[in-house]
Formats: sequence, structure tokens, C-alpha cells
Amino acid sequence: MAEVETKVAQEKEPLFGKKERQLIIDPLNDNNPITVQVLGICSALAVTTLVKPAIIMALSATFVIAFANLTISLLRKGIPKQIRMIVQLVVIAFLVTVVEQVLKAANYPIWKQLSVYIGLIITNCIVMGRLEAFAMANKPWRSFLDGLGNGAGYGIILIIVAAARELFGKGSLMGFNIIGNSSQYLIDTTTNSFFSWYMPNNVMVLPAAALFVIGVIIWVQRARNQKLIDVS
Amino acid sequence: MGDLLNIFLKSVFIENMVLAYFLGMCSFLAVSKSVKTAVGLGAAVIFVLTLTVPINWVINEMVLGPNGIFKTDLTFLRFILFIATIAASVQLVEMVVEKFSPALYSALGIFLPLITVNCAILGGALFMVAREYDFAEATTFGFGSGVGFFIAIVVMAAIREKIRYSAVPAPLRGLGIAFILTGLMGMAFMSLMGINPANYMN
Repeated sequence: MAEVETKVAQEKEPLFGKKERQLIIDPLNDNNPITVQVLGICSALAVTTLVKPAIIMALSATFVIAFANLTISLLRKGIPKQIRMIVQLVVIAFLVTVVEQVLKAANYPIWKQLSVYIGLIITNCIVMGRLEAFAMANKPWRSFLDGLGNGAGYGIILIIVAAARELFGKGSLMGFNIIGNSSQYLIDTTTNSFFSWYMPNNVMVLPAAALFVIGVIIWVQRARNQKLIDVS
Repeated sequence: MGDLLNIFLKSVFIENMVLAYFLGMCSFLAVSKSVKTAVGLGAAVIFVLTLTVPINWVINEMVLGPNGIFKTDLTFLRFILFIATIAASVQLVEMVVEKFSPALYSALGIFLPLITVNCAILGGALFMVAREYDFAEATTFGFGSGVGFFIAIVVMAAIREKIRYSAVPAPLRGLGIAFILTGLMGMAFMSLMGINPANYMN
């Protein structure tokens, strides 16, 4: 990810105007990929039982979205409309393979734990959704920023959902016990037995719980941001 | 024949792609606003699944498998080849829909090309490999999964058309309540898991 940040810093001065800032900020709230555009739900259900995979997934997906947007935007005039999906998928599959190999070389234990999730980015509809909706019609630099913004908006929701599910489903965050029953026992003096004041809620581990949590996030977001309310 | 009927019933109801495995959620939630567009997308998914699962079966057996034309185990290419097959079929569907039904084409919008990355389609191909179906079974399974998706999205669209007349809190209207409804439907479908129709067919 360091490469991405230096690039932003270098080109910031001449190219980073109000419109460009909007491209980054919009997807965080007003045009969030998950809660407004309804993209990338499958992975939001699959990788959000724990916080750590959610963070890695968010970072890898941001990288893939940003660079896929950049590549397709550079190629957009040369791609015939009839074969554009295959071209897009080849680019996405290539970038996902790069991410996977880099992760494998950099941190093998994490790669072993996450390789399935990284492969899931290929079928994450945010990537192809942004390629279709933005990169096919916009200039490379702005497409790149759009990718960064959408990756960040996706990541925020992913991490909130994962935090809620891990906290209430396992009683921990990032693997550290917060309210769970694994190490911090209390002693019930009347029966002289050990008990934990919080019983992990197994419903939160089911995929259905992610749907409930996202539903509640949408509720909160639209209550604060009235213009997103669906009037139909 | 009983085997095929068993696979069909299982893939439609018990192992429903959307409500039991939560695959293909994006288009399921975004295109279920009205029954009419839901029927269109459902039909497109049935078509693509019925087409791609058998094609991918042939690719998996004839090209990738150790008994295929290259006589080597090329299964590491599975993802790329499966996705390429799916992308080509979806592109075909898109061209057909654009030509014969421009209204449906504009109603489906971006979610028509996104069938390519609909996890239900790739999921169908991967389940087919994992469960070691033969050709007839794979075709039945592809068709059944498509029908399962069709039923799920049409039911969801019907519920969402009705719920418009209910007193849902304003910020929860539309997408928010759709998420919660899907979660509830999914939990209801969990009770079907583990039923084997073969036990009831003699």
C-alpha cells in the first residue's frame, strides 16, 4: 500500500482539486458501495466474522479496485464493447494474483489463513461495478482516485460489520478477549461456580447476522443523511 | 431419473443459492424492487447457469483434468477458465437482451454485466466440481440452481412491492428493510437444511 500513498503525495499539488476530493469522499458516505450502490455484499457476508480478515480484505480490495480502474481507464479507448467483460476480468484476475503472491512472500502465515478470501476479490462485484460505471468513461487519474475512495468506503463498512459480529459473536476484537468468557472468569459466590457475564451469541456468526448488521447500518446512515432515504 | 429429480429439488429448495448459501446477493438485493425486472434477471440467471455449468463441466473434465487432452493436472487454471466461460456467456446474453428487449436492458442496467461476477454463477460451477457430478447431473444442478435464484428473487420482489404499504420507518425503507428481510428468509431456510428428498421418493 506504500506505493499508493507516495503516488498520491507526488501528484497531489497540481491535480488534487475539489472534484478529485469529492471522488474520494463521496463513496465514504453519500455513495457508499455497500449501503448505497449495493455492490460487494457476498464478500461482506463471508469475511466479516472476524476483524482481522476484514482489514486484510479491505486493503487488498482497495489495491485491486484502484489499479484495475487505472488500467481499464488507460485501455478504455482500445477495448471493443463486445469483449470488454473478458478484458476486465483478465485485468482483475492478474491484479488479484499479484496481491496473493505478494502476501504469500511477505507474510506466509497470514496468506495461509486468507488465501481463499483473496481469491474471492475476483468475484467481488465492486471491482467490476466500478470498472463498468466509472473507469470505462473517465480519465486514468480520476478513475484511480475513484477506486481508492470506493475501496475505503467498502473497507469502512466491512470493518464495522466485522467488529460488531466478532464482539457479540465471540466476545473479542482482533482476537483479543474483550467481553468473552475464555479467560476472564468471575466467581458466583452463591453457587461457588465460575461464570462469565457475557454469553457469546452464536447467531452473530451466521451469515444472516451480517445482513441484519448491514440493515441497521443503513438505518443509522439514512437517519443521519436524509437525502439518501428511498422515497419510492 | 429419480437421482436427477432429487438433485433438482435439492438445488431449488434445500440448497438454494441465495437463501441457504447467501451467494449472488448484490443483484438479488439491487434488482428485487419490482416483480417485472426480477423476472427478467431471474430468467437471465437461469439461462446463464444452465449454459455455463455444463460447459464448465466439459472444460473441467476434458481440458483441466488428468484424463483431459493435455494429460496433466491443470486444475490451478480452473478459476480463470471458469470465469472466462462465464464472461463470454454473459456477454452473449447481454447482446441478446439489448437487441430483443431494450426496456429490460435499461431496467437491469449495470446488473446485467454484473451477472459475470455474480457469486452464484461461479459458485454453481465450483459446487459442481466439488460434488463430482456427471454431465446430466451437472446440467440438472445448473438449471435447478437457476430456478432457485429465480424463485428467491421473485418472492423477494413481491414482498418488497407489498411492504411499500407498511409503516416501515423512513430511513429503513427500501434497501434497509430488504437486508433484514433477506436475513429472516435465510434463517427460515436454515430449517430445510439436512432434509434429503431421496428419503421420501420410492
